[in-house]
Amino acid sequence: MINSSLHQLGSALRAGKISSVELTQLYLDRIAELNPALNAYVTIKAETSLDQARRADTLLAGGKAQPLTGIPVAQKDIFCAKGWRTTCGSKMLENFIAPYDAHVITQFNNAGAVNLGKTNMDEFAMGSSNETSHFGTVKNPWDRNAVPGGSSGGAACAVAARLCAAATGTDTGGSIRQPAALCGISGIKPTYGTVSRYGMIAFASSLDQAGPMARSAEDLALLLNVMTGFDERDSTSLKRDKEDYARELNKPLAGLRIGLPREFFAEGLAQDVAGCVNAAIGEYKKLGATIVDISLPNSRLAVPVYYVLAPAEASSNLSRYDGVRYGYRAPEYGDLTEMYERSRAQGFGEEVKRRIMIGTYVLSHGYYDAYYLQAQKIRRLIAQDFDDAFRLCDVIMGPTSPSTAFNLGEKGDDPVQMYLSDIYTIAVNLAGLPGMSVPAGFGSNGRPVGLQIIGNYFAEAQMLNVAHQYQLATDHHDHTPQNIGL
Amino acid sequence: MSLTNADVRKVASLARLGMTETEIESAREQLSGIFDLIAEMQAVDTNGITPMSHAQDVTQRLREDVVTEGDQRELFQSLAPQYKGSPQVEAGLYLVPQVIE
Repeated sequence: MINSSLHQLGSALRAGKISSVELTQLYLDRIAELNPALNAYVTIKAETSLDQARRADTLLAGGKAQPLTGIPVAQKDIFCAKGWRTTCGSKMLENFIAPYDAHVITQFNNAGAVNLGKTNMDEFAMGSSNETSHFGTVKNPWDRNAVPGGSSGGAACAVAARLCAAATGTDTGGSIRQPAALCGISGIKPTYGTVSRYGMIAFASSLDQAGPMARSAEDLALLLNVMTGFDERDSTSLKRDKEDYARELNKPLAGLRIGLPREFFAEGLAQDVAGCVNAAIGEYKKLGATIVDISLPNSRLAVPVYYVLAPAEASSNLSRYDGVRYGYRAPEYGDLTEMYERSRAQGFGEEVKRRIMIGTYVLSHGYYDAYYLQAQKIRRLIAQDFDDAFRLCDVIMGPTSPSTAFNLGEKGDDPVQMYLSDIYTIAVNLAGLPGMSVPAGFGSNGRPVGLQIIGNYFAEAQMLNVAHQYQLATDHHDHTPQNIGL
Repeated sequence: MSLTNADVRKVASLARLGMTETEIESAREQLSGIFDLIAEMQAVDTNGITPMSHAQDVTQRLREDVVTEGDQRELFQSLAPQYKGSPQVEAGLYLVPQVIE
């Protein structure tokens, strides 16, 4: 049961072979056993989850089930869920109980899914290793000396260690795709504007996008069907007809044109990762795809541009944490300014403070044109590169991350080295394109490698088709870590 | 790019982040490294390029000017955590240090 697809689980639930309460309890037991070592979850509310499962069982018994009814899903702790502690990985929100549901949570509730718990993450989603979380690092289930990636590291770990049927994540610069790659699972960041950001704690609003993380492309399609949809409470939510993301899964790939950006295979890419990605490309050739050499000449500027735009937006978004109405307030202070300064100094971790400082600097008087405006102009050049590339190919492929999971603590002292681990994912967020990562084998140290698939705007169904056909032909996504009690 | 401690102190003050002199010194080193990375974009000729603020070419939607959120003051105030040093509420108000003499 633990290794079943969402489709199989849904069928078993609807056929009465297992109840949602039994399935939820099965996962809660696994979490109780494995989470103390892996630290994938920061909050579990077993009774609340089981109540939800009981309601799902009523729906199932009444024949009112939808595809995800009764299925336990782990929610990244960036999504406000009414009555649930919602921390965003920060001491600032350590005791914050959300008074309302994020749109994503509402969508899962309406689908009859069970909220299994809140997953660990880098503080305010700022990080690529899950090491900035106030609640401790998450271990990579494939090798507990390694990071799970970030910022959705808890979600990736929970899916890989079979501590949930599926999970949600968010991706501002790679935070779904990079941990998915490092933990050997599948994850997709849809086109910007596809999933509502309402109730999703803001990091960089023009880049933040939620998406599902699961074991296969087929599972991702079912989850995306639930998560997407217009929401007027998010001013950037796009009004589009509801689509079935699973509709193209079984299309043959003959004639598919895959663009390989030469910049993604240049210096800095680890040999073992390149080997796995090239083997995946070989598999696609066997499936009838043709390879096109493309160039994304401005992608080398994606990291610098991102580290202007994202911190600028973050410094503005995080100004709301002032210790007045909710969140952390310093125990001792004199005047109001000191209350702000101490609450923020004590409530935020080092990386968050660093990014607030960068953002405040680039937006400060006299620097706006040189930094923020220049970054926005190069952002357009980066997006135009993709436009040009998609005239020559249908999807773009390359590595998700330049190396397999690095060791815990390895990049702790050097923010720039950490930032460069997102070198292949960031440009996709800047352009607002959909991107995904699927397992493509294992590196020389036995840690997973991810293949990144980038599609044109709103091409999610096509990307899921491309990923699913690969997963039918290979079994990388079916491997499980050892020592997870299976 | 080399930042001075005075630059860092000013930014910390603008961002309302209390920092000790030791923290300012280490922040200066790390921020300088990050700005060296950012400096790569300064050499790019962007004359005539329209800045891109958003992924989609859409404008803000307008909505009817009607109340959509009811009064939830009591709920929100009840959520102010009451542990030591937490935000304090009284008579429907949030308490902060006195700012007007």
